[in-house]
Amino acid sequence: MIEIKELVKSYGSTNAVKGINLSIKSGEILGLLGPNGAGKSSTLRILTGYLKSTSGTVSVKGFDVNEHELEVKKLIGYLPESAPLYSEMLVYDYLKYIAELREIHKEKIEQRLKELAELCGIKNVMHKTINSLSKGYKQRVGLAQAMMSDPEILVLDEPTTGLDPNQIVEIRNIIKEIGKRKTVIFSTHILSEAEATCDRIVIINSGKVVADGTPDELKKIMEGDIKIKITLANANNVTEKLKDFEGIDSIEEKEFNDNKEVTIYSTKDIRKELYLYIKNTDWIILNLSLEIKSLENIFRTLTQEEINEK
Amino acid sequence: MKNRSILSIGKKEFLSFFLSPVGYIVIGIYLIVSGWFLFSTIFLTKSVSLRDFFNLMPMILSFMIPALTMKSFAEEYKTGSYEMLGTQPVTTMDIIIGKLLATWLFVIVMILPTLSYPLFLSTLGDLDSGVVLSGYIGALLLSGSFTAIGVFTSTLTQNQIIAFLIGAVICFFLTIIDGMVILLPNFIASIIEYISTGFHFQNISKGILDSRDILYFLSIIFLAVLSTERRLQKK
Repeated sequence: MIEIKELVKSYGSTNAVKGINLSIKSGEILGLLGPNGAGKSSTLRILTGYLKSTSGTVSVKGFDVNEHELEVKKLIGYLPESAPLYSEMLVYDYLKYIAELREIHKEKIEQRLKELAELCGIKNVMHKTINSLSKGYKQRVGLAQAMMSDPEILVLDEPTTGLDPNQIVEIRNIIKEIGKRKTVIFSTHILSEAEATCDRIVIINSGKVVADGTPDELKKIMEGDIKIKITLANANNVTEKLKDFEGIDSIEEKEFNDNKEVTIYSTKDIRKELYLYIKNTDWIILNLSLEIKSLENIFRTLTQEEINEK
Repeated sequence: MKNRSILSIGKKEFLSFFLSPVGYIVIGIYLIVSGWFLFSTIFLTKSVSLRDFFNLMPMILSFMIPALTMKSFAEEYKTGSYEMLGTQPVTTMDIIIGKLLATWLFVIVMILPTLSYPLFLSTLGDLDSGVVLSGYIGALLLSGSFTAIGVFTSTLTQNQIIAFLIGAVICFFLTIIDGMVILLPNFIASIIEYISTGFHFQNISKGILDSRDILYFLSIIFLAVLSTERRLQKK
């Protein structure tokens, strides 16, 4: 549905986007993830027709964003970062204005505003001025604006920034709800958010795609990095004795309150074998736990590596 | 370009003047200033004409209109709302024309109460209605040109004050520049007279409706709109 090819965007001498290739299928909820300044917003702004790319092409349903600007804009509902609205207007007037620009039939406007007020939970603020609203409500008004013409694609730039945890959950639920019927692309720098809502995560760093896949796939990329933590009482020479144990890559041992804290790095889950081995010794197991590299770690490794390369 | 979008944008922009006190303040100041200049001298000169009123009009409007247009794009840039407007399915031309027409209409609304001046004067003596009519046609064209210039200068910066100052300087300069021609050789003088708004407006307000003067104002509007479009082109 959306094809981004070799997209480059530079502002003066700085390159914000350095050759992004991405193809997005219809009906996907795609999370664009990356640290601040990675080029997420620039990519979304080009996709929505607000900025012009320096080179490369972006097409939506076969329409090039530069040549068929209006067609593409009709297909996309867009919520810019921090939802900039006209602060002196009433919410109702503002949404009505957007409905007119989106060419919704005059008789259907009232009906549509009611639906959106229901869906976005802004029913009781419709007759307030926008600058009297809290950040969460502004975000929802912005969301209602983006969904006005029931577009096939919804682009949301950091929709949950600056919201409190309850509001974040609400916005996420709305996104999931919409995502059942529409293609949703949203950017965030919070990983757990992408993990909780997306079908597919694309990690961008310094203007390039560094990882792309479902949350589970991304986790698998890092498989082989298994960490097992054991706390032992009444144990001595643990490193020495486990040295030749099959499947262990390396061992770290620490003294902690008369107990031994042992961290074992391995390529596979060997908790069973370890337990059976320890059962035959005098050691007492206080704790045995497994840590698979989380997405958080993947994100940090991928984005940190780049910084180190610089 | 779509008429419907222009209409929607224009309506929203026009009504937004009344959402903040700026609109009322500007109308108030305009009526006080122009009324004071007219009535403080009318009984001294003992002539029943609106000549002084129309002579001063370009001067006053060159400050009033940029104060109205300064927000049209500068504010949208500042708050970021242009990103929302620019990604709606409308062309930049729709946005420009919508904003231009809205402000122009507001200026007309601002000038409208001054129609009471000729009504009042006609009770005092014999007022040439043809000159008055032609003067108001000139006012219409003049305010359109200044509005277009103001809208353009509003795209130059995020700062409304700077937008206002640049706009006011351009409008004021175009108004007074023909006053300097006495000192210049003939061929330069005629060029400067041609680009001067004041010169063309005076012709019309004297009662001479010349197509050259009308064409001048229309080309100013056209040029300003074109430059605005260039400025708004995506970067």
